[in-house]
Amino acid sequence: MVQSAAATAQYNYDIVKKFAIMALVWGLLGMSAGTYIAAELAFPFLNFDIAAITFGRLRPVHTTLVIFGFGGSALFATSYYVVQRTSQARLASDWMANFTFWGWQLSVLLGVIGYMNGITEGKEYAEFPWYIDLLIAVTWVMYFLVFILTLRRRSQPHIYVANWFYLAFILATAILHIFRNLSVPVGLFNPTSYSLYSGVQDAMVQWWYGHNAVGFFLTAAFLGMMYYFVPKQAGRPIYSYRLSIIHFWALSFMYMWVGGHHLHWTALPDWASSLAAAFSIMLLLPSWGGMINGIMTLSGAWDKLRTDPIMLFLITALSFYGMSTFEGPMMSLKSVNALSHYTDWTIGHVHSGALGWVAMISFGSFYHLIPRLWETRLYSVQLVYVHFWLATIGIVLYIASMWVSGIGQGLMLRAFDDYGNLAYTFIESVVFMHWPLVVRMIGGMFFVSGVLVMGFNVLMTVRNAKREQAAMEAKIAAKMAKAVI
Amino acid sequence: MKLSHESIEINSGLMIALTLVAISIGGLVEIVPLYFIQDTIEKVEGIRPYTPLEQRGRDIYIREGCYTCHSQMIRPFRDEHMRYGHYSLAAESKYDHPFQWGSKRTGPDLARVGRKYSNAWHTQHLNNPREVVPESIMPNYPWLLEHELDYSDIADRMRALKMVGVPYSETEEEYLANVEQFGEAVAAQLDIHDAERNLLMQGQAENWDGDRTRLTEMDALVAYLQVLGTMVDFGKYDEGYFAEFR
Repeated sequence: MVQSAAATAQYNYDIVKKFAIMALVWGLLGMSAGTYIAAELAFPFLNFDIAAITFGRLRPVHTTLVIFGFGGSALFATSYYVVQRTSQARLASDWMANFTFWGWQLSVLLGVIGYMNGITEGKEYAEFPWYIDLLIAVTWVMYFLVFILTLRRRSQPHIYVANWFYLAFILATAILHIFRNLSVPVGLFNPTSYSLYSGVQDAMVQWWYGHNAVGFFLTAAFLGMMYYFVPKQAGRPIYSYRLSIIHFWALSFMYMWVGGHHLHWTALPDWASSLAAAFSIMLLLPSWGGMINGIMTLSGAWDKLRTDPIMLFLITALSFYGMSTFEGPMMSLKSVNALSHYTDWTIGHVHSGALGWVAMISFGSFYHLIPRLWETRLYSVQLVYVHFWLATIGIVLYIASMWVSGIGQGLMLRAFDDYGNLAYTFIESVVFMHWPLVVRMIGGMFFVSGVLVMGFNVLMTVRNAKREQAAMEAKIAAKMAKAVI
Repeated sequence: MKLSHESIEINSGLMIALTLVAISIGGLVEIVPLYFIQDTIEKVEGIRPYTPLEQRGRDIYIREGCYTCHSQMIRPFRDEHMRYGHYSLAAESKYDHPFQWGSKRTGPDLARVGRKYSNAWHTQHLNNPREVVPESIMPNYPWLLEHELDYSDIADRMRALKMVGVPYSETEEEYLANVEQFGEAVAAQLDIHDAERNLLMQGQAENWDGDRTRLTEMDALVAYLQVLGTMVDFGKYDEGYFAEFR
């Protein structure tokens, strides 16, 4: 207890707590929004003729809340925790860290309110209007400064591997954000702006941005999370130091090339999309390098999977990471992409990464992190198991139904009858997709209920911690009073 | 000095610099040449910037998030050719800021939807898709008929678009250049000074939403949908011509 009391003074845990709580709040809202729009596709009356909640406006609300609200806040929380713990130094500046908190939360909040009111730039995952883009840019510069200045306070000469990944994520996101959002506003008080790029160039910039939002925001940064929390929870060192060096540089270099595979068979010149496909296939190696390094860290301690549900989360996350980074290169092959592109297969693929990897590794890390932040024990380990199974069943239902829907639609739309005419109309493929869409919605409900269970568990953990603290303080006060008498 | 990874691990400045190099190359190699390789955008007649009314329609298309379910990019496959028409050219979206190629077809592609259906069909379909396609899962958009079109900032919008490269004209010189490039009728539509007048006239020229007395958001959106994919006359070119650019 003495040691942890010292830790509170030594580290800024307050900012980590705030981001962690907001990650859960946005996660719950964003995943609920996702489940709702999934329901709208299965049962369109749920649009209720209300502009703000139609699919087209709620979809960016969903993606923004889960990527930037949930994912972003989880990354702020864990990176601030990891950089302090591995550097054995307090965050460089409390006010700058607080600035990043409020800047980020405000951006997410204003962004989604705007989408519901029709304020959007119409660029996937970069729908924020120009004034929020500016706020994000300032917030991000602050984030970089806090992170790097803290790193420079480190007591060890070496920068720990998790921090390499966090650093690459911060740098890459800055570049991507700035260049994707260059645009000219209609006026100082007009929310609309028009992209600097047009047509084919805009498309290439979009998927350079879009795929690296996946590559750096949703992969490199979460690998940073993995490199701290997996060895910590396993109580073992990282499997291979050499592998982490190789796959870090390979991943950083190669990811930036692959965005063009979203534009196969489009008006983007063949050379660009072929290059992207080649790099996508090569990217399998550094991706699996990370997965192997994480999973093998458990080598010699596999029994922990039987006894520790947090380990279960972390290792399952790595397995989904391995699976979706295999599926990705496969879908980037032009012949496969001809079928999969424009269909739900892509949606399923994204979610095997987003739910299976990003969310699961975050949940696992949070279950490790939260008791340490509040200096207590988790309220219920049983509920962690319940969460794990709800999440896993949800993901399996989601991915499997999207395979059926996507591959099915792809095959229907390219089918010909004996006379060489199209065998199906478009709307026939929509009718076919109804049941897979219903199953997907149910998968989403499973996943969201898992998050609700987690929210309850965290809430009770924090309440207990506060109660314990109050009891402790009362005890000390009583002792002090006695001593005075 | 012995070269080892350790020298990077103990030096945050060096690590930042090398990471920046590693992450910059891919984007530079794939994006910059698209501005300099001449064949990237096909040389083809008929492509023009949107008229003020069409542009407002496009703004509404973006506002409602149509791109989350509809693509505007036909691929060079036999089934897509039969279903939607000629594959999309890069030239056809060269004035699109931002592009709206999309990434998902929950509904059909719209790159060549222009003039395939009547104005009345589009209006009825947008207002309640299930009236014309019973199995449709598209939301209703009744407010498009209710909202009057706001065109107060149309000139500012065109000026912003001009700054990012769309040849709307403000000076006599720019206007004459447009006459040269697009012909007189189109050049008149691209003149920013006449934006409001042109917008109102086009709103009146056709019975877009079934009610000529009011200019609604539906008018603008239907005008936009009806121009999609109609600018190039594919009868003028043989297939080999476009293949040269790919």
